[in-house]
Amino acid sequence: MALKAAMAVTGAILVLFLIAHMYGNLMIFGGPQTFDTYSAHLRELGEPMLPYEGFLWIMRVVLLASVLVHAYAAVTLWMRARRARPAGQRYHTKKSVQRSYASYTMRWGGVVVVLFVIYHILHLTTNDIAPGGASASPYERVVNGFQIWWVVLSYVIALAAVGFHLRHGIWSAVATLGGNRAGRQRSLNIIATGLSLVVTIGFLIPPFAVLLGLVK
Amino acid sequence: MNITLRVWRQKSRDDEGRMVTYQVEDVSPDMSFLEMLDVLNEKLTLDGHEPVAFDHDCREGICGACGVVINGVAHGPETTTTCQLHMRSFKDGDVIDVEPWRAKAFPVIKDLVVDRGAFDRIIQAGGYISAPTGTAPDAHAMPVPKADADRAFDAATCIGCGACVAACPNASGMLFTAAKVTHLGMLPQGQPERAARVVKMVNQHDEEDFGGCTNIGECAAVCPKGIPLDTISQLNRDLLGSLASGNPK
Ligand code: HEM
Ligand code: SF4
Ligand code: FES
Repeated sequence: MALKAAMAVTGAILVLFLIAHMYGNLMIFGGPQTFDTYSAHLRELGEPMLPYEGFLWIMRVVLLASVLVHAYAAVTLWMRARRARPAGQRYHTKKSVQRSYASYTMRWGGVVVVLFVIYHILHLTTNDIAPGGASASPYERVVNGFQIWWVVLSYVIALAAVGFHLRHGIWSAVATLGGNRAGRQRSLNIIATGLSLVVTIGFLIPPFAVLLGLVK
Repeated sequence: MNITLRVWRQKSRDDEGRMVTYQVEDVSPDMSFLEMLDVLNEKLTLDGHEPVAFDHDCREGICGACGVVINGVAHGPETTTTCQLHMRSFKDGDVIDVEPWRAKAFPVIKDLVVDRGAFDRIIQAGGYISAPTGTAPDAHAMPVPKADADRAFDAATCIGCGACVAACPNASGMLFTAAKVTHLGMLPQGQPERAARVVKMVNQHDEEDFGGCTNIGECAAVCPKGIPLDTISQLNRDLLGSLASGNPK
């Protein structure tokens, strides 16, 4: 139970991060100057109270800790579910009555999201993966990468996975923290779908803008 | 109507078990599902075979003994108990799979009969009040808001059938546990032990090897008594409150 609460809280931290990250990405439309200044600013935030990149490293530590706690709890619950209905006791015929695709893909979907996060950091943060050419300018990295169709495709697949994960995750987190009431259940589900769509689409706008030549 | 049944046969706890196919002829659409199984069992007995063991008692939807999984759905295609399901919900020539509840916490004793003692132990862990009751008090001696009384009563209709566990992809018993916690937690008599109750019951639930709830909702969708999913959120609220206030034992 503490596991589920930990999952909900760390999940919520990650969602807040996603919203901020998505908002930051949309600054690509301000042009190279705006975007690169924003990137540099993230590194200078909190100075001189904090050293250069201090704030960023605090964020990174919090996020990494969240992901680790989240994944640890997920795997523990996963194992418990397997123990609760062991291999010798599976149904021959089992039908879902109302279960959503999102709830069905939480576990493997979560794994896909983590693999994507690693790929994504190697791509746009460290630039070790640099399709279309490496660059010191974050703006150019984005533009170079997303001119290639398969890079965009890989992000589309990953963000669909994120979207589904959030669709069930946001609803589940609220329920786990005690926020579900009969009269609210419908609106909670609508909010979860809405937020997931906003995050997924918001993240996908910049890559498509580059692919379609709107951002050069 | 004529029905083809594929039924789980398992001689004992340790037997491996397997699906066995039977034909049942001349089934009336007005028969209940259990009466259809009675017909099969009479035929099996006459032919000198062992009848299919299944649990049942009241046959009127109130004792919770009779659950089986029918074509992959706990209690079958209608949202009711297996004893209240009628053959008119099926068509002539249908092939129907009948399986026991499947969960580590509900070991199969024989064929379709499982041991639901784990539920009893969850109740023993905290699903009671220890206030002396005596004779019934005057109805106005302890006012209870109508909305609370209704919610307590709705939660109290849980018959402990175990369909929620059978349907849950995690084999979690959280809806059952939440129904009991909600029932007692809405009433004045349930207050003194409220914080301790939820902790003890959830601990027992976990010890019995039920899975953890991930808010999927299959439980409430098959519950013959319509126990709502938000009782689980109410349990979570009680539990977090209780843990935050110093984990009463
Ligand atoms: C190792 C990788 C991951 C795995 C295996 C995983 C798995 C899960 C599982 C099983 C749940 C519970 C779902 C349920 O209640 O049915 C969950 C919830 C959630 N996940 Fe993940 N996840 C992973 C990574 C992530 C990442 C990277 C994010 C953020 C982008 C995220 C965001 C969330 C949120 C917001 C919730 C809701 C919390 C809750 O259910 O209480 N997850 N995840
Ligand atoms: S909550 Fe519903 S499905 Fe679960 S045991 Fe009670 S009556 Fe049966
Ligand atoms: S036999 Fe009692 S509920 Fe079905």
